[in-house]
Amino acid sequence: MEYFLNYLYVFLIGGFVCMLGQILVIRTNMTTSRILVSFVLLGVILEATTAYDYIYGVAQAGISVPIVGFGASLAKGAISAVRTKGILGIFTGGLEATAGGIAAAVIFAFIFSLIFRAKTKKTG
Amino acid sequence: MIKEAKNQTIVFKNKPRIIGNYSIAGPKEGKGPFGEMFDYVMKDDFFGEKTYEKAERKMLEHAIFGATDKALLRPDNIDMLICGDLLNQIITSSYAARAFDVSYLGIFSACSAMALSIGIGASMVNAGYFKNVACATSSHFSTAERQFRFPLELGNQRPPTSQWTCTGSGCTVLSLGGQGPYIDSVTFGKAMDYGVCDVNNMGAAMAPAAMETMISVFKDTKTKPEDYDLILTGDLGKLGAEILLDLMEERGYKLGKNYCDCGQMIFYHDQNVLMGGSGCGCSATIFNSYVVERLKTGQLKKVLYIATGALLSTTACQQGESIPGIAHALVVKASPPFEERTVTKKEKQQFAENIKKQLKKYNVEGE
Amino acid sequence: MNYKDRNKKYNEYVKQKIPKTRSWPTLFNAFWVGGVICMIGQGIGDGIRAIWPDLSGSMVSAYISIILIFIASLLTGIGVYDRIGAFAGAGSIVPITGFSNSITSPAMDYKNEGIIFGLCVKMFSIAGPVIVIGVLASAVVGLIYLFI
Repeated sequence: MEYFLNYLYVFLIGGFVCMLGQILVIRTNMTTSRILVSFVLLGVILEATTAYDYIYGVAQAGISVPIVGFGASLAKGAISAVRTKGILGIFTGGLEATAGGIAAAVIFAFIFSLIFRAKTKKTG
Repeated sequence: MIKEAKNQTIVFKNKPRIIGNYSIAGPKEGKGPFGEMFDYVMKDDFFGEKTYEKAERKMLEHAIFGATDKALLRPDNIDMLICGDLLNQIITSSYAARAFDVSYLGIFSACSAMALSIGIGASMVNAGYFKNVACATSSHFSTAERQFRFPLELGNQRPPTSQWTCTGSGCTVLSLGGQGPYIDSVTFGKAMDYGVCDVNNMGAAMAPAAMETMISVFKDTKTKPEDYDLILTGDLGKLGAEILLDLMEERGYKLGKNYCDCGQMIFYHDQNVLMGGSGCGCSATIFNSYVVERLKTGQLKKVLYIATGALLSTTACQQGESIPGIAHALVVKASPPFEERTVTKKEKQQFAENIKKQLKKYNVEGE
Repeated sequence: MNYKDRNKKYNEYVKQKIPKTRSWPTLFNAFWVGGVICMIGQGIGDGIRAIWPDLSGSMVSAYISIILIFIASLLTGIGVYDRIGAFAGAGSIVPITGFSNSITSPAMDYKNEGIIFGLCVKMFSIAGPVIVIGVLASAVVGLIYLFI
């Protein structure tokens, strides 16, 4: 039962975040870059105001899988690095915490783009 | 010999005739309402090439070859080649022109390239400077999408006002002699900018230009919309066509049932193309298949063809500029003797295979 | 003739002419596809925790991200992700999979222009701003926390 509730929260909150994105798309015809940027910024702000941890306690993957989680770990990395390393942390913290995701994206993108070639879109 | 030029319109006295026409379209267009009428429908978007740019070039070469062959000419009998397409530095046209040993005029007029090239070609033929002129354009969904919008595999939704760039190419061969429909007049349009900045709403950007050109055609040739069997605009799409109808009504012209838009017609509604087709290939393929064939058989007698284009540049748009629109108009008339029968699908296929073989033999130096 | 007034009038006219699409279906699609992607992420996380129980929370999240990025990149390669995107809209853009898609798709597209000048240069043509803005924002947050 606890498991079920867990997944329900993940589904509901994750879906809600994506729906916010869709509202932006419909209202403003935003492009992919802008949506991603605005949600990363949202994540950074949530983390900086410590609200992220409360949401994460309930939603878990529902908030960390959306790109909001990426923004939050950027901010989290910067905050903790500043605490341990001082000024250097401002520069190293953010990317250090998200290095895994960025590197994975680059590596897989490189490999798969060598293997596959782009096909014409099927649907509008 | 100077022709009567009233305002924007040139009326041709020597009747430059369409002696060859050829259209080639992509698989998606082939499934549309005009699929049966195109001379050749490609089986896949690559057309046997490695990149989409090369596929588009091959398509254009194929169309030029096909049209000259249909005109019972050889490529060396062509005196001038006028080409245009959508890509930066019109690479498709320029690179396709390498394959032909003739003078080449590269034009850019966005999606209205077909009417502009025929307009220029007809002027030259009419003046007697050149005997046979081939006018061709092409567009390819994947190359245009890559250049103007997003990568092909990006998972995004297209905005509801966007149009689908058609994959297709058309070629018309004009000549003074021979039989067939002739170009009666051409109207070169003005660049009109009504301050539309939305890249995804090109219909609205082009509609004022179409209106302006259409009105000057009616004024210059002293005709009314009812005088034409068919009034065909290029690629305004559903929204653009509706806007045009409103704009024309505002100016006192009522477009009736004889008005159609290529962008609206080329796809079925359920093909997921939102506002319809766009691109040079859209009106070029329909003009060179449906319109010219019907003119040949006499089912259509007088056609007003207005190709519209959005002179769009991603750089200018990112700098906050609005999109100028352009429209060029042709009046094409049928002349007897009319052809009795139309070509069957099988004959078309054989013809296309033949063209492919010829192209392989002919086009070796370029690659 | 005053072009400014004419253009303004025309643009207003165009705006009211644009067909109103019903947004509920797309909102619903975005909701459930986004939710399912998050649930898959949660499932991967639970699986990892079951195999290596002593991993820290941040490491588990990193694994979830990497695996989801791998899946999205693969789906982009075989040409499925753009169909999911056309169906779900932001439902497949907002999750980390959308980030992966926005890196893989330009890389695939521009591979023909060469590995260095095509693939590598264009790889971040869509996701670049995400990293730039993200790093800038995190630096600002770090700067603020330095003083409090």
